[in-house]
Amino acid sequence: MAGANRGITDLTAGKIAIKARGITKVFHGAGNAAFKALDRVSVSIRENEFFTLLGPSGCGKTTLLRLIAGFEYPDEGEILLDGKDIALLTPHQRPVNTVFQSYALFPHMTVGENIGFGLEMLGKPRREIAARVDEMLRLVRMEALKDRRTSQISGGQQQRVALARALAPQPKVLLLDEPLSALDYKLRKEMQVELKRLQHETGITFIFVTHDQEEALTMSDRIAVMSGGSILQVGTPREIYDSPDKRFVADFIGEANFLPATVLSASGDAAKVALGAGAEIVAGLPHGERPDGKVTVMVRPEHAEIASGTSGATLAGTLESAVYLGTDTHLNVRLGDGSSFVVRRQNDRCTEAGFVPGMPIGVLIRDGAAQVLKY
Amino acid sequence: MAQAQDIIRAAARRDIRNRWWLSSPALAIIFLAAIGPLFVVVLYSVMEKGSYGDVKYWQFSGQGWFEVLFERDMFDNTVSLADAHLSILWRSVKLAAITTVVTLILGFPTAYFIATRPRHRRDLWLFLITIPFWTNLLIRTFAIQEVFRNEGLLNVVLMKVGLIDKPIQIMFTDAAILLGMGYVYLPLMVLPLYASLEKFDFRLAEAAADLYAGGFRILSRVIVPIVRPGIIAGSILVFIPSLGSYVTPRLLGGGKSLMLGNLIELQFGQGRNWPLGAALSISLTAIVMLSLLVYVRASSKTEVRHG
Repeated sequence: MAGANRGITDLTAGKIAIKARGITKVFHGAGNAAFKALDRVSVSIRENEFFTLLGPSGCGKTTLLRLIAGFEYPDEGEILLDGKDIALLTPHQRPVNTVFQSYALFPHMTVGENIGFGLEMLGKPRREIAARVDEMLRLVRMEALKDRRTSQISGGQQQRVALARALAPQPKVLLLDEPLSALDYKLRKEMQVELKRLQHETGITFIFVTHDQEEALTMSDRIAVMSGGSILQVGTPREIYDSPDKRFVADFIGEANFLPATVLSASGDAAKVALGAGAEIVAGLPHGERPDGKVTVMVRPEHAEIASGTSGATLAGTLESAVYLGTDTHLNVRLGDGSSFVVRRQNDRCTEAGFVPGMPIGVLIRDGAAQVLKY
Repeated sequence: MAQAQDIIRAAARRDIRNRWWLSSPALAIIFLAAIGPLFVVVLYSVMEKGSYGDVKYWQFSGQGWFEVLFERDMFDNTVSLADAHLSILWRSVKLAAITTVVTLILGFPTAYFIATRPRHRRDLWLFLITIPFWTNLLIRTFAIQEVFRNEGLLNVVLMKVGLIDKPIQIMFTDAAILLGMGYVYLPLMVLPLYASLEKFDFRLAEAAADLYAGGFRILSRVIVPIVRPGIIAGSILVFIPSLGSYVTPRLLGGGKSLMLGNLIELQFGQGRNWPLGAALSISLTAIVMLSLLVYVRASSKTEVRHG
């Protein structure tokens, strides 16, 4: 398929596929109750990008997706697709297709008829529809089940049919609303790989909604972390994980230790900070920010180390517990000020860990391992 | 092993026996109240007509059935088709069919409206739909008469406003019968349609819209095929009683527009021709069963075609 081989390298320079500007959406409940699902949200999604909207339930991610699909209309703001405002068009006027969380396959049609439905509605010639349906069935590896009823196939197969149905009309943008949440763990892993492959082969922009941070990290080109109707941070999985700029983002994705600190000096994108206990380290700064005074710094458990002695340690405390997890060990350290700090250490077969709860222990945070948070 | 299977088999037998026992009262009522009388009516239709109504028992004759379709001239004994009966039959089928279509067209949006309300509001709407059932059919039909008769509400208002200068004749026409039957049977269409639409997953409508279907094609290609059982049930519930309607054509059609129900009543009353009445009744039952067969067959065929 055309455009299938466009690499990941040109993503930063890619054309904008969807641009949302100042989107506000308020839902009115019974009586005077109103719920602001989205509050002046702006985001740009590039062509051929696997873009993920990540956040807890109720954060507005599905609402944003439904606004792009046309199932809801924004109260304020515009949604540009290739530069044209589509915010007020009906769903069937938008070159955008959706894979629903519930799949929403038509129960009175066969697998093949489901996949061909969009093309039929577009008025494509019968022969073209048949060819395209076969092509889609091959793409999702479901050739043998073309004439089955959708009630006669498994959940994973329904998922593939839903994908094929949404991809068949060759939309500019494919929207995926938590499509993997109904699958069991193994199938979900399989479909993650499958989705990446499909996105690569079709060259279509995917906008993917999930609350599963691991899914977001493994699949996305870029992630937008959402909370309370706003987008908190947009970045590559690595940026989001290593350099979260807000406490919510750091906490929602992976595990994090938070330490109070004071900024001593800042230069470029790093700052020298003094931790509460007195030690000084160099920490990363949020993009374009230059905070001073009291701040919070974040350290990932696996980015901290256990110091060989208490003398060279950044933080000192006592070991509260050591939890063996196979690949690594979680060490819960009670610091001097009473707060707890987690260090994740990779296990090996050769060295005996020798951690005894209650023993004094030092934690080492190397320069650059910590990140200063905006708030 | 074999013993275990014997026990299981015995339990299954006991289960079946118990089910028969438990359903026997209902079965007895169905037999006595439906099949029994039907058998009596069949018997009456093939017996000799009595002079003052009733039948001459155990004197069999085909006269009743003969008179359903033919009549013998009183003077020269020539046989001709019973035009009166045929036109009444035709009117009955026509009015019942139109009533079914009209209630479907009016009932579908109503049921759709109720099914798309928030859950706690639906009960109120359903309650409103059932209000007409609270009053006797006869009284409701008289009320319709009050509205549509020449000196009734509608004509008086229209004349006062000046839209017409002499009353429109609505009473005692097919239109009046249609109005009456449409009013009476609309809830019977709305309720099964609602039951189907309420179960309909409206995300499917969203999916169809997402796949470039406009409003009409969402309706015709997704909603209607999926709620078809409700449409079939509603149509049957309206068509059958419409076909045998008695009170509505009697009061709103006057003596002019008869339907099968009135014709049958006439034979048992003034006509004093019980065998003909019985034969007409059986014919009505046969027409209903035949229509049902054709209708259900046709509906399930489209089902298969749509896959």
